Amino acid sequence: MRSGLLAEFADSEVLVRAIRILRREGIVAMDAHMPYPVRDVLEALELPPSRVPLYSLAGGLVGASYAYLLQWWANGFDYALNVGGRPLGSVPAFIPPTFEGTVLLAAFGAVISFLGFSKLPRLWTPVAEVPQFVRATSDRFFLAVDSTDPRFDFLRAEDILLANGALSVSAFGLLPEEEAER
Amino acid sequence: MREPPLPDSYRLSPAYSKSVEDGAPVLATRAGDAQLTERLLRPLWRGGPFWKLSLLVTGGGALFFFATLLYTALTGIGTWGNNIPVAWAFAITNFVWWIGIGHAGTFISAVLLLLEQNWRNSINRLAEAMTLFAIVNAAVFPLIHLGRPWFAYWIFPYPSTMDLWPNFKGALPWDGAAISTYFTVSLLFWYVGLLPDLAAARDHAPTLAKRRLYGIFALGWRGSGRTWKNWQMAYLLLGGLATPLVLSVHSVVSLDFAITQLPGWHSTIFPPYFVAGAIYSGFAMVLTLMLPLRALYGIEDIITTRHLDAMAKLILVTGTVVYYTYAVELFIAWYTGNIFESQLFLWLRLTGPYAWTVWLTFGLNFVVPNLMWFRAFRQRPILLWISSILVNVAMWFERFFLIVTSQAHDFLPSSWDMYRPTYVDGAIFLGTFFLFGFLFLLFLRFVPFIPISETKELKHTLEVEEARLEGR
Repeated sequence: MRSGLLAEFADSEVLVRAIRILRREGIVAMDAHMPYPVRDVLEALELPPSRVPLYSLAGGLVGASYAYLLQWWANGFDYALNVGGRPLGSVPAFIPPTFEGTVLLAAFGAVISFLGFSKLPRLWTPVAEVPQFVRATSDRFFLAVDSTDPRFDFLRAEDILLANGALSVSAFGLLPEEEAER
Repeated sequence: MREPPLPDSYRLSPAYSKSVEDGAPVLATRAGDAQLTERLLRPLWRGGPFWKLSLLVTGGGALFFFATLLYTALTGIGTWGNNIPVAWAFAITNFVWWIGIGHAGTFISAVLLLLEQNWRNSINRLAEAMTLFAIVNAAVFPLIHLGRPWFAYWIFPYPSTMDLWPNFKGALPWDGAAISTYFTVSLLFWYVGLLPDLAAARDHAPTLAKRRLYGIFALGWRGSGRTWKNWQMAYLLLGGLATPLVLSVHSVVSLDFAITQLPGWHSTIFPPYFVAGAIYSGFAMVLTLMLPLRALYGIEDIITTRHLDAMAKLILVTGTVVYYTYAVELFIAWYTGNIFESQLFLWLRLTGPYAWTVWLTFGLNFVVPNLMWFRAFRQRPILLWISSILVNVAMWFERFFLIVTSQAHDFLPSSWDMYRPTYVDGAIFLGTFFLFGFLFLLFLRFVPFIPISETKELKHTLEVEEARLEGR
């Protein structure tokens, strides 16, 4: 189970500072939780670039080729209907559905890959067990520091967070006996 | 429901007020994030003014609408005033009108997103919902005007046991593709934008049942940095994909007309003409819905006069394009010297039995947009509201004369005929308003109709800018 420390901050500027300090200490496995996206926070987290556009592009290419080839094969070969001597495979006439197919599958590519990379839908996550966390969709900014980081230590990380403006720091993802041990 | 007046601490700072001298601020509240969230979620828990009564009325009206559709389907298209030559009458007029209205929602949410117009943030949810419900209403008409609506799926390519495929060289399969794609992409865009607010609703729900309901639809959103980063990218891409749809959907609809041979329809000006008309009528509909909501829910500090002003200016721009195309059509009809074109445009439309619809359209579509030159009209809600309704009246009659006159008087005088609607035609058109109202009321009650996270983001951006201007 994912575990670590969840720190609560009053605003995004304090959060950005705390992220920078932790990174300077060598702790990098963390994620912020925010009611709205703040560019400075996303930059401070140094997240890898989103790969959503690649999947959207792939969806668009599949949609375009599927829509075009389907029309070309259906109207040109499988059911070749001669309407007033017009050409069977007519490129301009096939463009509107090709365009729609491109947009449709590119949109699905973007949405499905966004959900996949964000690991959504998800029924439960340990950070949500912390009572203060309900304010993550209202007005508070949270930083979840993961215990998987090799340089992570509960006591040290807690000290750093509290010294740098965290309103509260709680452990998350611990089993009851681990909690007692701590 | 009305909010108490804001305490002085929420007033704008002098430096910021100075920086927005060109107009009202885009967001006039400085309430805290928690207060804003609580306030924007309130309609979900407490409902709105007159909500139950309105839902009852519109729900009843929607049932009446289904009854008229059932009557048409069971009896046949003979219940309508359609005849040969006028085979596309009220049904296609209503279809074009409703789908056109949808375009403003996509324009606001997608085009203004790409152009970084931050005033879109307070109204995009409302406008997108309007788009979805307008497409639902529009899609009813191509279905029922088939006469045998249960065969509608024949328009889509599927491996049929009849060994047939649709003829993709005609405009109708294009229409099927365009409208189903438009609806699907609009729905995805709306839902993806809604995720953070559904999570906010889940976290603030007063009862367990509501928490579970919103929890399911929020898909487990926790607002993590990784999620936001992918979300922003997906949202931007959807905006980029929906932008060409704004231009393409009504272009495809216009091709239904333009690729036929009829005078008045067979024209290359149709795609841009239809798109401008669509955005024009859609902005009017957004205003028709938004202005009463703004007063009833007391959200004048979130949807400010800046929004009204910007929307009114867009009505002026698109309205100008629309009456420019009227002028071009008439000029070309005269200039080509084509007898069929000139008898239609210059004789039938301007002086014939349908002339009153033409002059009503020309009159309203010239006068109403030009009133938007005046600040009194742009910023006074009641005048703007009346103007917005007149715009949509005019746009309905525009589609009516465009569709009916060309068919009524085509090439051969022996095939000319008049069209008169029956009471069933009228009842179906009336019914669409009830269905639209019913869906819109459900939307107001169960979904945050002002985007919460985007409003807070906008407030944050404005506060950062304010601090920068004050040199803090």
